[in-house]
Amino acid sequence: MHAEIIGVVATFIATVLLAIPLGKYIAKVLAGERTVLDFMAPLERFFFRVSGIDATREMTWQESLVALLTINLIWFVYAMVILMIQGSLPLNPDHNPSMSPDLAFNTAISFLVNCNLQDYSGETGVSYFTQIGVLMFLQFVSAATGVAALAVVMNAMKERTTDKLGNFYNYFVKTITRILLPLSVIVAVIFLLNGMPMTWEGRDTITTLQGDTVQVSRGPVAAFVPIKHLGTNGGGFFGANSAHPFENPNYLTCIVELVSQSVLPMALVFALGFYLKRRKLAVMIFSVMTIGFLLLTISTVMLEMKGNPEIARMGIDLHSGAMEGKEVRFGAAISAYWSILTTVISTGSVNAMHDSYMPLSGMNQMLGMMVNCFYGGKGVGILNFYIFIIIAVFISGLMVGRTPEFLGKKIEAREMKIAILIVLLHPFLILVGTALSSYFAAHDTAMGYWFSGKASGWLSNGGYHGFSQMLYQYTSSSANNGSGFEGLSDNNPFWNITTGFVMILGRFLPIIGPVAIAGILAQKKYIPESAGTLQTDTATFGLMVFGVIFIIAALAFFPALALGPIAEHFSMH
Amino acid sequence: MKSQNTSLFQSDMVREALGQSFVKLDPRSMFRNPVMFTVELGTAVMLIVTLYTLISGDKTQGSFIYNLVVFFILFLTLLFANFAEAIAEARGKAQADSLRKTREETRAKVVVGNRPGFNLVTTEVMSSQLKKGDVFFCEAGDIIPTDGEIIEGLATIDESAITGESAPVIREAGGDKSSVTGGTKVLSDRIKVQVTTEAGESFLDKMIALVEGASRQKTPNEIALTILLAGFTLVFVIVCVTLQPFAQYARTPITIAAYISLFVCLIPTTIGGLLSAIGIAGMDRALRANVITKSGKAVETAGDIDTLLLDKTGTITIGNRKATSFWPANGVEEKNFVEICVLSSLADDTPEGKSIVELAGREATQKLSIEGATMIKFTAETRCSGVDLPTGRRIRKGAYDAIKRLTENAGNRFPEETADRVKQISSNGGTPLVVSEDEKVVGVIELQDIIKPGISERFERLRRMGVKTVMVTGDNPLTAKFIADKAGVDDFIAEARPEDKMNYIRREQQQGKLVAMMGDGTNDAPALAQADVGVAMNSGTQAAKEAGNMVDLDNDPTKLIEIVEIGKQLLMTRGTLTTFSLANDVAKYFAIVPALFIASIPALQSVNIMHLHSPETAILSAVIFNAIIIPALIPLALRGVQYKPIGSSALLRRNLLIYGLGGIIVPFIGIKLIDLIVTLFY
Repeated sequence: MHAEIIGVVATFIATVLLAIPLGKYIAKVLAGERTVLDFMAPLERFFFRVSGIDATREMTWQESLVALLTINLIWFVYAMVILMIQGSLPLNPDHNPSMSPDLAFNTAISFLVNCNLQDYSGETGVSYFTQIGVLMFLQFVSAATGVAALAVVMNAMKERTTDKLGNFYNYFVKTITRILLPLSVIVAVIFLLNGMPMTWEGRDTITTLQGDTVQVSRGPVAAFVPIKHLGTNGGGFFGANSAHPFENPNYLTCIVELVSQSVLPMALVFALGFYLKRRKLAVMIFSVMTIGFLLLTISTVMLEMKGNPEIARMGIDLHSGAMEGKEVRFGAAISAYWSILTTVISTGSVNAMHDSYMPLSGMNQMLGMMVNCFYGGKGVGILNFYIFIIIAVFISGLMVGRTPEFLGKKIEAREMKIAILIVLLHPFLILVGTALSSYFAAHDTAMGYWFSGKASGWLSNGGYHGFSQMLYQYTSSSANNGSGFEGLSDNNPFWNITTGFVMILGRFLPIIGPVAIAGILAQKKYIPESAGTLQTDTATFGLMVFGVIFIIAALAFFPALALGPIAEHFSMH
Repeated sequence: MKSQNTSLFQSDMVREALGQSFVKLDPRSMFRNPVMFTVELGTAVMLIVTLYTLISGDKTQGSFIYNLVVFFILFLTLLFANFAEAIAEARGKAQADSLRKTREETRAKVVVGNRPGFNLVTTEVMSSQLKKGDVFFCEAGDIIPTDGEIIEGLATIDESAITGESAPVIREAGGDKSSVTGGTKVLSDRIKVQVTTEAGESFLDKMIALVEGASRQKTPNEIALTILLAGFTLVFVIVCVTLQPFAQYARTPITIAAYISLFVCLIPTTIGGLLSAIGIAGMDRALRANVITKSGKAVETAGDIDTLLLDKTGTITIGNRKATSFWPANGVEEKNFVEICVLSSLADDTPEGKSIVELAGREATQKLSIEGATMIKFTAETRCSGVDLPTGRRIRKGAYDAIKRLTENAGNRFPEETADRVKQISSNGGTPLVVSEDEKVVGVIELQDIIKPGISERFERLRRMGVKTVMVTGDNPLTAKFIADKAGVDDFIAEARPEDKMNYIRREQQQGKLVAMMGDGTNDAPALAQADVGVAMNSGTQAAKEAGNMVDLDNDPTKLIEIVEIGKQLLMTRGTLTTFSLANDVAKYFAIVPALFIASIPALQSVNIMHLHSPETAILSAVIFNAIIIPALIPLALRGVQYKPIGSSALLRRNLLIYGLGGIIVPFIGIKLIDLIVTLFY
């Protein structure tokens, strides 16, 4: 028991310690300073020359957004086409079929938006060409998109008045060549040394001890898994994701996967501090995020290690905790840690079945995604947090007797309008989606094209747990997390298409909003600080931000959570 | 009229406000406030549900009585919010009315065919008939019929009706003290006054309209806050609407009354209901400080002021400089020098001039006469004044450089010992006034400033608020620095010409700072207009009053400090009540959410941490708490949250503790108590 907890604590501390120097490095890369990886410059110049981009031309926030949305649209069309014809493309040794339009739509969007919700299973649903050429490609570029958007916002937060916020393409390309690619290579080597497969050959047939023959899927896994975590993508090479022995062979790879998925979201917070030379601000942000994360983690680890009272009633020993749906090679504690880490940042990879966690652990996982900014996804976590800062600044600015300002820029009606729309969006998408599906499930509607059979058929459990499954699915989509509660029959037009739209909206609006706010603020006059100015890098202000997050992001879901995990928990005890 | 009533609720005001509370139920006026408008919609739905249960006898929506009670409480919530706004309006109006009373219908003597001089023909007209541009005549004993500017003559005027100050003031044509206010009384002499505003368009009339809501516009900050509150309202619309299919899935019927109660409790009705009252109360507090604001925005901006431009005279120092010593030049006899000084000042009615005569004493002045002499007035160009005696003696006194130029142009040397003396006086904070006779320097008069007691503490307080104070003075830099250091201002503008003020304001504004200043003269008008908060003195010229965005009836230059605090109070009150309102939601969730589901999911009883008696009493307690918290906070909204200059972080900590933590705890206690009481009747 103790060793398990030490494993969790050591992993967390190692991640933070790695994140600080990495943050300093990222700040240098984004600021265009000299770094050890300057030898990548010729490669970058080659990309820019081929695509005719002048990477030194500074762009406005509007131009940056147009660039971001344009390249994303192109990737979407590319991904959708390949997915629908993958069956007839090379690198498909297992002869997996092409996807149906609705599944291709869902999958293309899912990987494009860094969500990686998978309504297919890797073994049978996609070819190697798709895994590497579409999915892994999107895992790189979607992560870099988030970082590049954050870079635009960080540039806008500097102390000056401007509409020139650096070059989006420059941020984007350098994020890949100098951050994601080198780190992926290092992590891949560790995985290879631990026996993760890396092959272009198709299924292998093995004969078991009992004499049965079994088909075992494999492929270029070690190339795929590093960026799956480093990019907070989370889409598994195999259906079982990081619970699969080929995708996560042992406890060491488990820790490496944990560190690699959380180190960049943490490092980006520090990068913000180094980049803006506002270390205290970064510490405030990091502390609020960490406190939120720890609250969720500690309670989940405790719940999972304690085990399920229903099972105890059957007279089964709960010594190793709630092990249903978990891998014995990992254990309850690190799996609990993983489940919260993967939901607070937007990875969504799993090393155990979230459906089988204790009800309140499931709630904590959902809360992580509902808040979506305790570290949060690649770049976008801080963008989400930025919106909460804007709202907290507005209220607390008034409380100190000044019209609100953040980093020397006045926050007025226009910024407030955008911030509020973005804040509204997340509960809107989750609650409306869940309302729609629960309405059909409650009335057991015949769904026609949308779902074969009646609506309640998509639930593997009825009652509170069934409600949690639907709530989880939309939460995961809107938060661009991509983890599944599973147990839900989600590969059908209804779920593919509704979650597809939720993913698009939940991805791009929360990028557009903060970039727009930061861009508008950057154009405003810079007001120097005085003794009357609200200090945003203090513990008090951190508390205020936490309060805003708690009341807006968490409490808005209280009625829904009461009907799902909370009701299930109390019925169980 | 200084306000005498400290009571927040006077019975006549309350009566008027109660009536207004019903009038304001008109959806067209409610629409301005999105939060309360949704409450009104909810109340209307409850009315229909109540009538339905009465007529149909259908019990699935709860009993008729229960629905009626919920409807009644929601209706009260609306009335309370309206009452808050109405009482704030009533108070502001009462304050303005008491000022307006001073200008009841009086007869005005309108001059027919105005020509210079007081040999004139007048006709009597009622004051309300006066038009802009009319010229009227007033003499001792007359009440001035309306606001105007003296175009001829001089008079002592009793302005106590407006300022509460009993000492009469002198107002005269030309210069910076040419404005007269309707309702004040002429004590001596006679004046011709030109009407400067149309009837019903005086600053006071505008202010009353502002308070009454007819022309009240939301300030930028109020708009931003309304957007935030509307956003929160929308979040809870989503939460409550989607709850319906959730409940269907969970097979938990939820009554319409419960839905609406949950919704009304969660949306920020507390701040929504009090928001406009807070804004009006801010203007009202300014008015109580005898400051007429031309817009609510000006009050709000005052809270943000970074830089305060203050005139030295009257603000930092008491009244004016006084002569303290005579320093004759070498070879000039002291007695002779004093005599020259007195001669130069006998006809000089500036405070400095008078103080010179005073210092010289009776003996020296008695036998001197300036009969037949020509007075040389002070001008900004020559920067000296004096007298040409019939005997041909040309006496001048003025600033060092002005007299130096004068003497050197005439080919005379400026004596070194006098130059040294000038420097010495300046470095001691005094003002040297060099005197010459026939372009030869005869000596220097030392003038000294007396700094107001307690003023440096006030500047310290401003500094802690983050406001930089700048002293504006016509003194030379040395003197200015001495006084600036002694008084504790952060910066000064010495030898200031009107355009220097303007340039300083522009420079500060370019750095993104907000600047406030006070002024009275016509040459202050551009700077008053440029400043973010320009306070014109009521005694000042019409141009100055038009240019500024506030008018101070007391003509008190230290008023700016109060105005800044009023602005800060206004913003703080908004911020703290918003925090309180949102923090209340935590308890309300825990009251209502279990109540919604307990009937069908008994396990959720564990979430009922307040142990409320039953779902019905829980819902009733929450909506009752939600309703009565509004009137309970009206006094706070009207008085404003107290501002303490303890630094922004400490202030935030303090307010977060009181209104944030308090906002979480108070409703838990309140709802539980109400539940205990409601249970008695249930």
